[in-house]
Amino acid sequence: MNTSLHTTAPVEGSETATEDYVTMKVAGQTFGIPVLNVRDVLSPQIITRIPLASVEIAGSLNLRGRIVTAIDMRTRLGLPADGFVERAMAVVVEHDDEPFSLLVDEVGEVLSLPMSERQSVPATLDERWRDVSQGIYRLDDRLLLVLSVTSVLSAIGVDPVHAA
Amino acid sequence: MDDLLKDFIAETSESLDLLDSEIVELEQRPGDPALLGSIFRVMHTIKGTCGFLGLPRLEAVAHAAEDVLGRVRDGELSVSHDVISQVLIALDRIKELVGLLGETGAEPEGEDHEIIAVLRAIASGEAAAPVKAAHNEKKEEMPARKGSLFERAGGASGIDTACELACGGFIAKSEEGAALEPEMLKLQFALAKGFEVALEKTPGIDIADVLTCLKDNGWTQEDIALLEVELGTAYRSLGVEDDDVLSLLAHLHRGEIPEPEVQAEVLPPAKPASAEKPQAGNEKHDAAHGQTQTLRVNINVLEDLMTLVSELVLTRNQLLQIMRSHEETPFAAPLQRLNQVTTELQESVMMTRMQPIGNAWGKLPRLVRDLSQELGKKIELAMTGADTELDRQILESIRDPLTHMVRNSADHGIEMPHDRAASGKPEYGTIELAARHEGGHIVVIISDDGRGLPTARIREKVVANGLATESQLDGMSEQQIQQFIFRPGFSTAAAVTSVSGRGVGMDVVRNNIEKIGGIIEFHSTEGVGSRFVIKIPLTLAIVSALIVECEGERFALPQNSVVELVRINRAATKGLENINGRPVYRLRDRLLPLVSLSEILGLPDSPDSDEVSPQEHEPADSTYVVVSQVGAFVFGIIVDKVFDTEEIVVKPVSRCMRHISCFSGTTILGDGRVIMILDPNGLASAVSSSPHAEAAALTARAGRGIQRNEAISMLVFEARDGGPKAVPLSLVARLEEKDLAAAEKAGSRTVLQYRGGLMPLIDLDGHPAERQGKHPILVFVDGDRMLGLVVDRVVDIIEAPLDLHLAGGSRPGILGSAIIGGNATDIIDTVHYLRQSDADWFEVKTESPFGNDSERHVLLVEDSAFFRNLLIPMLTIAGYSVTVAEHAEAAISLCKDGAAFDFIVSDIEMPGLSGFDLVRTLRADKRLDDVPIVALSSHANSRDIERGMEAGFTDYVTKLDPKALLNVLSRTSTADTQREASA
Repeated sequence: MNTSLHTTAPVEGSETATEDYVTMKVAGQTFGIPVLNVRDVLSPQIITRIPLASVEIAGSLNLRGRIVTAIDMRTRLGLPADGFVERAMAVVVEHDDEPFSLLVDEVGEVLSLPMSERQSVPATLDERWRDVSQGIYRLDDRLLLVLSVTSVLSAIGVDPVHAA
Repeated sequence: MDDLLKDFIAETSESLDLLDSEIVELEQRPGDPALLGSIFRVMHTIKGTCGFLGLPRLEAVAHAAEDVLGRVRDGELSVSHDVISQVLIALDRIKELVGLLGETGAEPEGEDHEIIAVLRAIASGEAAAPVKAAHNEKKEEMPARKGSLFERAGGASGIDTACELACGGFIAKSEEGAALEPEMLKLQFALAKGFEVALEKTPGIDIADVLTCLKDNGWTQEDIALLEVELGTAYRSLGVEDDDVLSLLAHLHRGEIPEPEVQAEVLPPAKPASAEKPQAGNEKHDAAHGQTQTLRVNINVLEDLMTLVSELVLTRNQLLQIMRSHEETPFAAPLQRLNQVTTELQESVMMTRMQPIGNAWGKLPRLVRDLSQELGKKIELAMTGADTELDRQILESIRDPLTHMVRNSADHGIEMPHDRAASGKPEYGTIELAARHEGGHIVVIISDDGRGLPTARIREKVVANGLATESQLDGMSEQQIQQFIFRPGFSTAAAVTSVSGRGVGMDVVRNNIEKIGGIIEFHSTEGVGSRFVIKIPLTLAIVSALIVECEGERFALPQNSVVELVRINRAATKGLENINGRPVYRLRDRLLPLVSLSEILGLPDSPDSDEVSPQEHEPADSTYVVVSQVGAFVFGIIVDKVFDTEEIVVKPVSRCMRHISCFSGTTILGDGRVIMILDPNGLASAVSSSPHAEAAALTARAGRGIQRNEAISMLVFEARDGGPKAVPLSLVARLEEKDLAAAEKAGSRTVLQYRGGLMPLIDLDGHPAERQGKHPILVFVDGDRMLGLVVDRVVDIIEAPLDLHLAGGSRPGILGSAIIGGNATDIIDTVHYLRQSDADWFEVKTESPFGNDSERHVLLVEDSAFFRNLLIPMLTIAGYSVTVAEHAEAAISLCKDGAAFDFIVSDIEMPGLSGFDLVRTLRADKRLDDVPIVALSSHANSRDIERGMEAGFTDYVTKLDPKALLNVLSRTSTADTQREASA
């Protein structure tokens, strides 16, 4: 890897370009969303359940007068989610001018990661996970999966789940 | 694009819309000078502005059109059809150019020679039929043709010019002229205004008063005479005819006060008149254009304002909510004030969004004119209530439906002139548009006096499209049949015309109307006309809603669909009946179908209900029924709790939840909680698949199951335990009424001598009938076998979509219950009784009985639970082993998985793949090539049968003719065996 000789001036557009990620954990796994996509991070909220909606939709919440659809990330990733919604943190993202919040276990620090270190997702990963991941970073102590907000939201709504 | 151009485009577009209808109006009232004047003015303004802005193409077209209009105004051209058509063509071109100008900011390249040439030809009297012949008599005819004296005097601008000239002349010739010069401008205005007032007969100071005033101010008789002369000269120089000049000048003396000595206080010349001018001028303007002082505001600004007010309303609600929990607070008074101001602000902002409905139908007169020309019909469009105001958003959503309906009326409704004459109607057909306020709604009525909807044709079409069968239609009222026009893919136009019948049908119209919470109804009388009644809410943005709770979740229910609230005490469930898990409620004189909100929404039993109910007994003790109305359909929604009503701001549902028909929106309550707004339309369709059908066709199916809409004739009767029972009419051969004294005992059976045979009589409990007296008997006949079912009373024959809740074998002889004619009714299992009376009833049909080792395997593909339950036992008894597939897809996958069947019996009409699709798919498979597939259908005319055979069916049997099915099966299998044996 080439590093710039001039430490004072980071070179734009080269391999050293970095992207900032808001990190979050879902069932112990670290995920990241590009920081520019994130509008808000909320502590656990009152979430109104929406009957008949897809199982991934935890409900709606009120963010300063805007109604935000909350996506249960555990369910989206096919993980058990008992009692998860009530204590989940909400990461608010915007998609096609509509706000959504991703419910996760915890929200961590913002990491600045070089784009060159981003690798593709291993093909053996569970399909639901591969679906929503854009790439993977090997951090020192753990792996960080880059979430694609579009993919997280795409499956919802086109597939009305008939809850039993 | 600069602001000037933008303003021009906005203004011109508006004027053009106005022109469209005015020109059409002109054709009807060719002599109306005010109309002509107004049209001419608009065109003149467009021409002038275009010249000013440097838009040569627009200017040229407008100029040519203005010339024609000018000639018409001057009485040199008569308002002929051609003239109007050409002017409209020119208007279209101007619109097109303005449209392009708006998009690109520049006038597009191109030529308009053709249009201009035609217009010039008309203006010069070559193309159209000018009134040349009448030229000599022009003067005599002028008053009739040329409009008022005011118009002949050159209109406002002409008079203005004349007065200016006259004043100039007066100053030059009069002795005091020079001294009066500073006041001359005022005088000029006063004179012009005075003429206008006098000629147009509008309130204000007329010319005679102006002169009087001049005299009062010391003007001499000579001065006034000189002014009169100058005025006359000025008018003549402007080309006003001598006669007209004289009449004009006559106005100077009209009302002149004989005693000029009556002196008043000294005033500067003409001052009162000039002071009066601006005010009077405004009045005049108002009268002519129906405008008030307005300001052009960008729509986005208004939308933003509305959003902000919505937020404010929400915050206000929140504050009020908080305040309720504080008894004594210093905030109470200011909050009260805030509350009030917010409400007023909300109302005012709503007002800014209100537009007259006339805006939505402004284009219709032109449309109707063009249509009548295209179709060769004579149509008049009458519009009333155009100033009825409603929300912009709603206006937008009804624009297209309205246009569509008027188009339909013109195309299908109004007859050709000779047809109308033949049926004794006036040649001109009338389409009437009317709008009015009614409660919180706007009612729009579109009616025509055309041929109406021929019910016979609807019937044909309905049957042809497989929407219902002949027998179903027989049981429907005319009104019900007419509602089929709202079904998808329905058009009664015999031929597809360029006007309508392009596949966009009334279903789209209904959808659009229902989307905004509106209701559409249709009435028609053949030969007399048709009438659509649309009822739409005034606004969508903020509505009053009832907050209800169900299983711990709150929902908002728009107040306008709520009819009443009923609290039901669970301890005394009087009126509330639960038949087979289907709740109905006796509300006064009617049976109200109920839906449980928790069932529709699939809410699990509240997780905390067990904890809550011990402390809070209410949920367990009582329940509420919200009686709601959608169209003519009234139903009850069961909820746990009802809170108060709240003004809620409707926000759209997130994209990912739009497929849920139960919700129309979402909102934030006073306490900041998000709740869903229930859509009564969606809930109603969960109750009934056809919410607009008559109450007789009510059928409820709670939950989200597949909707059943299979209407069949049911014979409803009473027997034994009182409740209504029903049996499919087609299973009953005859109805008899016999005295049971005539019955005899034969072994354990009760039999009756009937038509030369013995008919066993049984009771509803399955035992031989042992009753006395006269009783109605339902006779089931099969060949030479008969069975009589003794009942108490035959109630009715009702055609109803049958939606069956299976009893699950709780009572033998009862298949289940359904709502028939608004009553919960048990459907009896005919097969059960037939078996009771004669164990080998069905064996007769299996003419070649199979041994147990050769039990035949039948695949039954049938989506209707009712028919499955009718057929399965029957087939089983007849010795077949039956596999059931509820839809074609399941059947295909069964076959693909290698299941082997000796027969396949399939329904034709199924959701998803039809029976035809199924048979084609199966026939494509080599293994299934020679499996007999029997079609089962509710209608079997020769065409259907032919179609079925073509598709690959072996045979075609009508539903409810079990004997035929069994015969076909046995015949086929016999043929099979024989073939096998011979092979």
